[in-house]
Amino acid sequence: MSTLYEQLGGQAAVEAAVEVFYRKVLSDDRISHFFDDVDMDRQMAKQKAFLTMVFGGPNNYSGLDMRKGHAHLLEKGLNDSHVDAVIELLGQSLKELGVSDDLIAQVAALANSTRNDVLSR
Amino acid sequence: MTQIRYNDFSFSVGPGESVLDCILRNGIDISHACKAGACNSCMMKANQGTIPSKAQVGLRDSLKEQGYFLPCVCFPDTDLVLTDATELKVPARVVERDMLSQTVLRVRLRMETEIPFRAGQYFTLFRQDGLARSYSAANLPGDNWLELHVRLIPGGKMSGWLANQAGENEPVWVQGPFGFCFYTNGNPEQPLLLAGTGTGLAPLYGILRDALENGHQGPIMIFHGALDGRGLYLVPELQELSQQYPQVTYVPTVLHPDNADPAWEVGLLDEVVKRKFNAWRDARIFLCGDPVLVNGMKKKFFLAGAALKNIYADAFTFS
Ligand SMILES: Cc1cc2nc3c(=O)[nH]c(=O)nc-3n(C[C@H](O)[C@H](O)[C@H](O)COP(=O)(O)OP(=O)(O)OC[C@H]3O[C@@H](n4cnc5c(N)ncnc54)[C@H](O)[C@@H]3O)c2cc1C
Repeated sequence: MSTLYEQLGGQAAVEAAVEVFYRKVLSDDRISHFFDDVDMDRQMAKQKAFLTMVFGGPNNYSGLDMRKGHAHLLEKGLNDSHVDAVIELLGQSLKELGVSDDLIAQVAALANSTRNDVLSR
Repeated sequence: MTQIRYNDFSFSVGPGESVLDCILRNGIDISHACKAGACNSCMMKANQGTIPSKAQVGLRDSLKEQGYFLPCVCFPDTDLVLTDATELKVPARVVERDMLSQTVLRVRLRMETEIPFRAGQYFTLFRQDGLARSYSAANLPGDNWLELHVRLIPGGKMSGWLANQAGENEPVWVQGPFGFCFYTNGNPEQPLLLAGTGTGLAPLYGILRDALENGHQGPIMIFHGALDGRGLYLVPELQELSQQYPQVTYVPTVLHPDNADPAWEVGLLDEVVKRKFNAWRDARIFLCGDPVLVNGMKKKFFLAGAALKNIYADAFTFS
């Protein structure tokens, strides 16, 4: 049985999804203000790392990294509703790229498993 | 606490303090300008210690490998031994100056030794006393000089000096080239979008001429924005290029409608571009000039469908 990452299409799938996903994130009024860091190239690299992780791919993110990376956003009001929005946009992006509902659900579950770290709980 | 050694001095870097700020705090006045990792004026070399990768973003690999880095964005985790990057500075002379418009001065520099560069890249210009500012090349390599378009800023130290005080054949120093905003061969049919305000036209004009010299066939749209007609320059030259090369469209744009020539577009530059350009998916995009506008256009054009890797931007960050 191949891994989730392989079923999604590996590195190429991350490349295909990241621009679609990042565009949605930047245009969504619920969450775009968390991303107004002007350095878009650096943001894009972070999004790529995030997608690789939730696709079940090789990554070295730890729970501690997730906590550190989002701590400054908690001060700006980051909460469950924003995590929900990200997972929703992730699902929409994958749907547009023709990924099956079953795989999308697995990606969403992986993304959801970071929730407590992201929100420092 | 991390220590830096610079020439014969030793300093402790404070928490959250950059190497540049640490050196300045200790009363040593080294060249610097934007303090944001954009202009490269403060570049130094580390002979010992580990440079965080963020302090080398945007530098050529050959410079990185030799330990060059930007102290203004360097927050070190290890002790460092530093020297100036003097060996990279090439002596030059100010050989010609004339006004391209009421606010734009053309400066030609003759270099003591020729520096290879790509049209659109930028250089750091140093005055004898160490004052440093970045300027983009506006000409093609192969000329006998480096041409800069310098906007006259009220109270501007470097621009004012270049316009009023610098003498004939004034000695200056040049370091570079830097940046990745240039034309590359290999895709002659690709649509090109060039957009900038003010002296952002300098690199764009070089890139346009470079593309044409390399036989670029695909459509090239060049948008130049200014507050009003007085800010537009090189208008006849650009009109002539667009007549000579059918693939070139030149769109002069002004913000204020008063006294606008019917041939100009009126409005915000990003909106005018979005009205007239639509090949987002495939285009290679060059954006130069005012930092707020450049970063805004980068985001808007990405959202319009451009691939981020195809957007090359040089924001003229000032201090
Ligand atoms: C990568 C890069 C490329 C550049 N290329 C060019 C170029 O090709 N042509 C060019 O003309 N400039 C270019 N610049 C900008 C240039 O380096 C200087 O910042 C500019 O010439 C002002 O320097 P100055 O010493 O005359 O003014 P300063 O003495 O530095 O500034 C005087 C005052 O004016 C303010 N100020 C400076 N610039 C502006 C501005 N644009 N708008 C509003 N207020 C301002 C400053 O905050 C300060 O208060 C570039 C900058 C970068 C980072």
